[in-house]
Amino acid sequence: MSDDVVLSFHAVSKTYPGTPPVTSLREVDLSVRAGEMVAVVGPSGSGKTTLLNLAAGLDRPTSGTIHLAGHAIESSGDRRLSGLRAHLLGVVFQRFHLLDHLTATENVATGLLYRGLPRRRRRAAALTALERVGLAHRAHQPARTLSGGEQQRVAIARALVGRPALVLADEPTGNLDTVTGGQILRLLTDLNTDGVTMLVITHDLAVAAACGRQVEIRDGRVSSAVAL
Amino acid sequence: MSAPPDARSGPDARSGPGSRLRPADLLPLATVGLRGRRVRTALSTLGIAIGIAAIVAVLGITRSSQSELLTRIDRLGTNLLTVTAGQSMGDEVPLPATAGLGVARTDGVERVAVTAVLTQVHVYRSDRIPHTQTGGLDVRATDEDLLTTLDGHLAAGVFLSAATARYPVAVLGHQAAVQLGVVRPGPGIRVRISGHWFVVAGILAPFELAPELDRAALIGLPAARDVFGYDGHPTRLYIRADTARVAQTVDLLARAVNPAEPPAVQVSRPSDTLTSRLLVADSGTSLFLGLGAVALLVGGVGIANVMVISVLERRAEIGLRRALGATRPHIAGQFLVESLVLATLGGLTGTALGVLITYLTALQRGWPAVVPPGAAGLGLGAALAVGALAGLYPAVRAAGLPPTDALRAV
Repeated sequence: MSDDVVLSFHAVSKTYPGTPPVTSLREVDLSVRAGEMVAVVGPSGSGKTTLLNLAAGLDRPTSGTIHLAGHAIESSGDRRLSGLRAHLLGVVFQRFHLLDHLTATENVATGLLYRGLPRRRRRAAALTALERVGLAHRAHQPARTLSGGEQQRVAIARALVGRPALVLADEPTGNLDTVTGGQILRLLTDLNTDGVTMLVITHDLAVAAACGRQVEIRDGRVSSAVAL
Repeated sequence: MSAPPDARSGPDARSGPGSRLRPADLLPLATVGLRGRRVRTALSTLGIAIGIAAIVAVLGITRSSQSELLTRIDRLGTNLLTVTAGQSMGDEVPLPATAGLGVARTDGVERVAVTAVLTQVHVYRSDRIPHTQTGGLDVRATDEDLLTTLDGHLAAGVFLSAATARYPVAVLGHQAAVQLGVVRPGPGIRVRISGHWFVVAGILAPFELAPELDRAALIGLPAARDVFGYDGHPTRLYIRADTARVAQTVDLLARAVNPAEPPAVQVSRPSDTLTSRLLVADSGTSLFLGLGAVALLVGGVGIANVMVISVLERRAEIGLRRALGATRPHIAGQFLVESLVLATLGGLTGTALGVLITYLTALQRGWPAVVPPGAAGLGLGAALAVGALAGLYPAVRAAGLPPTDALRAV
């Protein structure tokens, strides 16, 4: 494995138990190199979310190996996985998942809470991250008073605040109107230009087209990986 | 990005970076949920507060009333004894004429006062009152030592003396004076005792340990003999015994009073009724403490309920925190501390409330306000224990939620 590979899937399958068992990923191979912005596209139910959950260490594969910045995810315990998420990953969700009654700064600072950094340093870093996403002027507003686009910017700042090795974004524009979605997409591509490695799950073709590489997933298999 | 913190300081690439939550962050983290749901926080706090307030107030009020009883017992003394020959139809039965002398010679007796109820003799405000309207008041013949033996006090006037005991002079018990309408004694103030006028020389303050004297008109033994033909048989003796030898003295008294028939003599210790009230107060305490504990339990169930609901509502937050790097113990800790914070708030409020209730009750009843120091500690300790128990299940449940499921919920 080359040193600059941030995330790699090797022959990864995921089957959910049940009657009948549901296999949502089959023998998936995938790798994301440092500085890349990769889109994972595919219709609903194709296994995109499963792939994201596995990449984030929120779930474990049934078979195959996953490495995040050199750490094997499939064999790690809960403690170690939590540590990897705290230090190496930033996640952006379709529904933002902000804590409503906390301010924008407090929400962003939560991204560093589980690293054991002192509060002062977390806040300073959060303000810097908010500046980066163009929300410095809303830093002290409660999250619930922000617009959808602003909320997603706060969520992106939270994902970036710890300078993670990889940012996972799950339909980052899915809950936004076209104009706001476009602005968020531009922010993401700017961040990528600045060197942030990203894996974007989307079924929005405009988002996919903005990424440097698209991986299409269909019925749990990677059907094509096109470099633009 | 400009000047982000150094994310990779510390973590070792081989063993993997660790997830760490600073202990100092636990409390602010645990109050995030509470600050967002103020009404619910206040209500569940109230549940615990009521239980704790009940417990603290019960302990405080009981201790305050006991302290008041103990002060009274101390003041009245536990060394006062009374000797009677039992009662017949509500009247006191005569003791041997020598009883007073016998008792005075008994070991351990410091002072003795002899009294006798004069049957068929009654006291009236004036000669216009029909004879049947006795008002339930007694006329008692007594020696001059009664007041000192009982450590009693006069509300007004003077007590009988060796000089006045021979003349038609009366001293009224507190209740008797009220009933006869005598406000103050004096040479011109008289009452009618079975056909004879008696001058009221004094009015007694109430006797806590000898209530029978409150409803009596007291006259001297010589006057009783001369005017009403009193035969010299006392019916009730009041005795002050040496405090250190009260029990032994009690054993000796019956024989000293009536050597011929000791079992016919009743010796009692009036302070026993007060002492028994201490015991009654104690048994009442257990009952109320039980009720307080039930209230606390209900409060605890309330907290557990609120926490379980909170976990369900905040599944997305739990998933988010797991995605941000929280371990299962971090999540459990957050919810457990949240429950403890709720219980502590309730405990503090309840303790303050309990102390306030104790002080107000004591103030109203004229008792010394005493809150046992243990009660406040017990209240807070009980609140914390309830909070920990109530938070345990929701915390474990929160920690056990799979992060992917939690994130799917909104």
